[in-house]
Amino acid sequence: MQIAIVREVIDAGSITAALKAGADGAVCVFDGIVRDNTRGRRTLYLDYEAYEEMALNQMRNLAEEAIAKFGVRDIAVVHRLGRLYVGESSVLIAVASAHRGAAFEACRWLIDTLKKTVPIWKKEQFEDGAVWADGEPFPEEIVRG
Amino acid sequence: MRVRVLYFGVLKELFACPSEDVEVETGCNVGALRKVFHGRMPHTAWKSMAIAVNQEYAGDEVLLHEGDEVALLPPVSGGAPGNVPWKKIILPSPRTV
Repeated sequence: MQIAIVREVIDAGSITAALKAGADGAVCVFDGIVRDNTRGRRTLYLDYEAYEEMALNQMRNLAEEAIAKFGVRDIAVVHRLGRLYVGESSVLIAVASAHRGAAFEACRWLIDTLKKTVPIWKKEQFEDGAVWADGEPFPEEIVRG
Repeated sequence: MRVRVLYFGVLKELFACPSEDVEVETGCNVGALRKVFHGRMPHTAWKSMAIAVNQEYAGDEVLLHEGDEVALLPPVSGGAPGNVPWKKIILPSPRTV
């Protein structure tokens, strides 16, 4: 498994190439990139920050859970922090598996769950102001307030 | 006893600092600490807040101990921008790059 939080450009090609092995029949890659607008409001850039130690632990736990749950062979999860401009990758998830079905499912589950449970936040800077993105609510088992 | 409280995202800006040492009574649990902070922040920021103790998500029943690291976590929003609602907290002015 490759689990990392980085501040430089995510090199999707080399991460994916490093993941591949002879037993694999598929590598499914999710490359999350910065969009140029939110509901028509023009985005200049995003600032990402994390509770870094906890985020890394959570990412590692999710990858282990995905391997057990979907039976895939190996996983890479890399998230970038700091200031990201339109078109840059904020997160890369690559899943290697003998068969494509499990790879697709694990990849989808990983990004959906990451976005709900891994402590990473982003502030979106528009031309006329900034907002902290309101993520999806935490799953019930996390918030019991 | 003392615990260290960490703020992230919008909370770091609301409290204008990344962390504080907070004095709590022995036997204080996460729920009690949650109530203390509930009074200190606008409702919108508190919605769906999670609390982690020593880097693990913690329910209200979890007891705090001297020196614990307690993190107040707004809803997370990592990954690529998704089609999710945006919190209506408009910060004063764009920071110059």
